[in-house]
Amino acid sequence: MIPTIPQKPLHVWVWRAYVTAFFVYLALPLTVVCVFAFNDSLFPSLPWQGFTWDWFFGTEQPRLGVFNERPIMRSIGTSAFVAVWVAVLSVAVGTCNAFLFERYDFRFKALLYVLMLLPLVIPGIILGISILVASNFLANTLEDATGLWFDNLRPGLPLVILGQFSFIATFATLVISARLQKFDRSLEEAALNLGATPWGAVRTITLPYLFPAIAGAAVVAVLMSFENFNTTLMLVGSDAPLTITMFDRLKEGSTPVLNAVSLLLMAASAGLGLLSLALQGKKA
Amino acid sequence: MAEATADLECRGINKDFGTFRAVNDVSFAVPPGTFFSILGPSGCGKTTLLRMAAGFLEPTSGDLLIKGRSMLNVPPNKRPVSMVFQHLALFPMMDVAANIGFGLRRRGEPREDIARKVDAVLARVGLPDVGSRRIEQLSGGQKQRIAIARCMVLEPDVLLLDEPLGALDLKLREHMKVELKQLQSEFNTTFVYITHDQSEALVMSDQIAVMNHGVFEQVGGARELYYDPKTAFVAGFVGDSNRFSGTIESIRGGKLKARTPSGFAMTGTSAADGLSKGDSVDIFVRPEAVRLALSKPPVSKLANATAGTVDSILFNGANSRVLVRDEATKNEIDVAIPQTGEFAGLKRGDKVYIGWDADQTRCFAAGKS
Amino acid sequence: MTGDRSRLTMILLMAPLLIWLTALIFIPHAEMFLVSMREKVGVRQYEFGFANYATFFNEPLYWNTFVRTALMSVAATALTLVIGFPVAYYIAKMTRGRSKTILFLLCLIPFWVSELVRTYGWMILLRESGLFSGLLQYVGLASQPIEFLYNDAAIMVGLVYTSMLFMVVPLVTTLDSLDDSMIEAGYDLGGTGVSIWREIVIPHAMPGIVSGCIVVFMLSLGNYLTPILLGGKDSLWFTGLIYTQFITRFNWEQGAAFGFLLLALSSFIVWAGLKLSGQTLSRTMGR
Repeated sequence: MIPTIPQKPLHVWVWRAYVTAFFVYLALPLTVVCVFAFNDSLFPSLPWQGFTWDWFFGTEQPRLGVFNERPIMRSIGTSAFVAVWVAVLSVAVGTCNAFLFERYDFRFKALLYVLMLLPLVIPGIILGISILVASNFLANTLEDATGLWFDNLRPGLPLVILGQFSFIATFATLVISARLQKFDRSLEEAALNLGATPWGAVRTITLPYLFPAIAGAAVVAVLMSFENFNTTLMLVGSDAPLTITMFDRLKEGSTPVLNAVSLLLMAASAGLGLLSLALQGKKA
Repeated sequence: MAEATADLECRGINKDFGTFRAVNDVSFAVPPGTFFSILGPSGCGKTTLLRMAAGFLEPTSGDLLIKGRSMLNVPPNKRPVSMVFQHLALFPMMDVAANIGFGLRRRGEPREDIARKVDAVLARVGLPDVGSRRIEQLSGGQKQRIAIARCMVLEPDVLLLDEPLGALDLKLREHMKVELKQLQSEFNTTFVYITHDQSEALVMSDQIAVMNHGVFEQVGGARELYYDPKTAFVAGFVGDSNRFSGTIESIRGGKLKARTPSGFAMTGTSAADGLSKGDSVDIFVRPEAVRLALSKPPVSKLANATAGTVDSILFNGANSRVLVRDEATKNEIDVAIPQTGEFAGLKRGDKVYIGWDADQTRCFAAGKS
Repeated sequence: MTGDRSRLTMILLMAPLLIWLTALIFIPHAEMFLVSMREKVGVRQYEFGFANYATFFNEPLYWNTFVRTALMSVAATALTLVIGFPVAYYIAKMTRGRSKTILFLLCLIPFWVSELVRTYGWMILLRESGLFSGLLQYVGLASQPIEFLYNDAAIMVGLVYTSMLFMVVPLVTTLDSLDDSMIEAGYDLGGTGVSIWREIVIPHAMPGIVSGCIVVFMLSLGNYLTPILLGGKDSLWFTGLIYTQFITRFNWEQGAAFGFLLLALSSFIVWAGLKLSGQTLSRTMGR
């Protein structure tokens, strides 16, 4: 049960076997996706036809590699654009929220905190449709009233960014609050005591201390934005982010190009994920 | 009448962690009804020894017996010992009664019996009405008593206690020392108590084993350890001591004369056999064994007499001390101030006379601690 | 004075929060509710009423799908808990130092990858021309390709896989905080493996179990990708109905009503889970 309690070798063996089986289960789908990115065949399935780089660098149909596939490359760009905006907005709002909840006392603070957590327990697809409905209503009203067009309120990237931001901001708040909580306020008081202005103290002492959490939150936001599907699906217009493009491709039938994209995505996410852990694991 | 079987007995116990030997050939026997303490600095192997008795560690070699029965390969839940953990390990998810009844439920005792026994043991530890309280509602001292009650309700042959007073504040700790001793005689169960705090061990124990670097330095009663330490480590660890070094110039029977580096010839007693002329020795003199005087005559008859000036006075009520810069040894000597009023006016820079007897000057071969 | 200034700063800090919650959460949900209460009586003509909700209750396909989605989500949650708990326990209590960090990271890594990629992996494994089918034929257990996709079991596998992280992480965190001496004390007092799990380990892990279960249930309920891709077009998942009403049929009133029902169910389960276990949302999620 724990190492200090003597147990039968059989028990230890069963535990290890179970945990191993679990990790095989975790690794299996990702491994096959990666492996079939290099299969020299038009379909990502058995039999194994030999190794090829075509699905990354191929230049001609039907073996057009990822790097030469315009729609996919464009959707990666779209995703990156969305992700950067979501990260910037979430981190900005998250930092404000962290200071608000950690530093101030006001009426309804507990209530407001719970409300801030709500986006975590609303299914993503509901967030998507509610924003869709509301923005559409707003667009119609404004257009009827002014006779102008409000395309930014119709499905498209601005709505995708807002939709993802609406729940990623909560994660950013939690990550940044956690670090702000550990901050020793006497450091700020010392700065004030040495003649700094309140804002000067925050800027030179508190924000640098928070930086790992802010950067970590930004990375998490980028990751979550990149892989978001449910909310994006309901708000997407003509420019599709990567997950939507891949989903449409997948419905038509898969080719190893999808495996190749997935592999790239995995490498990038794993890199970013480790980066965020490294940032958050950093001690003051 | 044959000697009763020991409640807990260790025979040549060793425990290795990799190449590090945490417990080295320890043998001892704890007679029934004894309050037995194992005293030592942190890292001396006392926790390892206790956890072997509880069954959370297996000895590398040697045998461990409880009531004469070998406990090797008996898992902790099958041993007739109970343990009070360092942080008590009371289960926060259960109330007090459920905590105490945990072991009884495991034995499958009927519900009414459990309730009755729980009430009885709560009454014995002096907390009859706390059964339905939650653990976090108890004070530190109450938690302590509940932790003991939780073990005692199982009527173990031996109760093991892993420095349970460590987390308490000073006042409560002083109080609990007395209370633990009372509980032990009340239950009349063998307690094996480990601690690094000598005063806990001295106050409560019938027998104390002083442990260092995995070995037992000395086993004995509190007085014996204090007045007749057998090793330099025990002399230094139990109680306070002034410590000098020296080289033996002459030795006859138990008495010896040693010269300190500053040239002072100290008369002392050899605490261990095997010392001979020319050996380096460590010399220990307790602060309360040093006679303090304002004039020379009172100390001149003592085997070691010298004079010095007061460096500082450490006032601590009944335990007040004075640090004297000694002319002969050039050492700073820690001297207990007798509370007779004679020294009430003592101040820094005063000239004082000090001396101590040869019997109170214990010499050990150097470099052993 | 500083009081005024501090008050001003507070208001400035509160503004983004209020704008965010009002513009992106409250107004949209209120609007969605209003839309769901509109009955279509003619072209661009609406009346206030419960017709969209009535449709839901009168059409067996709709509420069957609703109940089925809920039940399968419960099953997926239970399975995730049962599968994940021993692993979390192993990581938290039976490993130390470096190997603990590594195992924990190994648990996290698959979840930095898009859900789409994970699901795609299962498609490659399970489909007719997939790896499992091929393997069975190769070893001679099957004479022709077998389709493992497009059934409830496939959906289950995908849901459990996708949710595992959200179960294992809170479990590891809470189990990690269980002092080893609690378990040792349990043994010392005569407990056995089973009784210690039942009376000490599981009660201690309850906050983690609740928060894990809430998140997993909510994610399963709101999942769209996994049921569609692994369960096929007829997977009968409630989010699929919402998507159809909104995007294919363009019947937003009906879709909004479905959306609201899903939200109500998910909120109810979250609330009930918190109430039953005596937890609060702030304590469960705010970590």
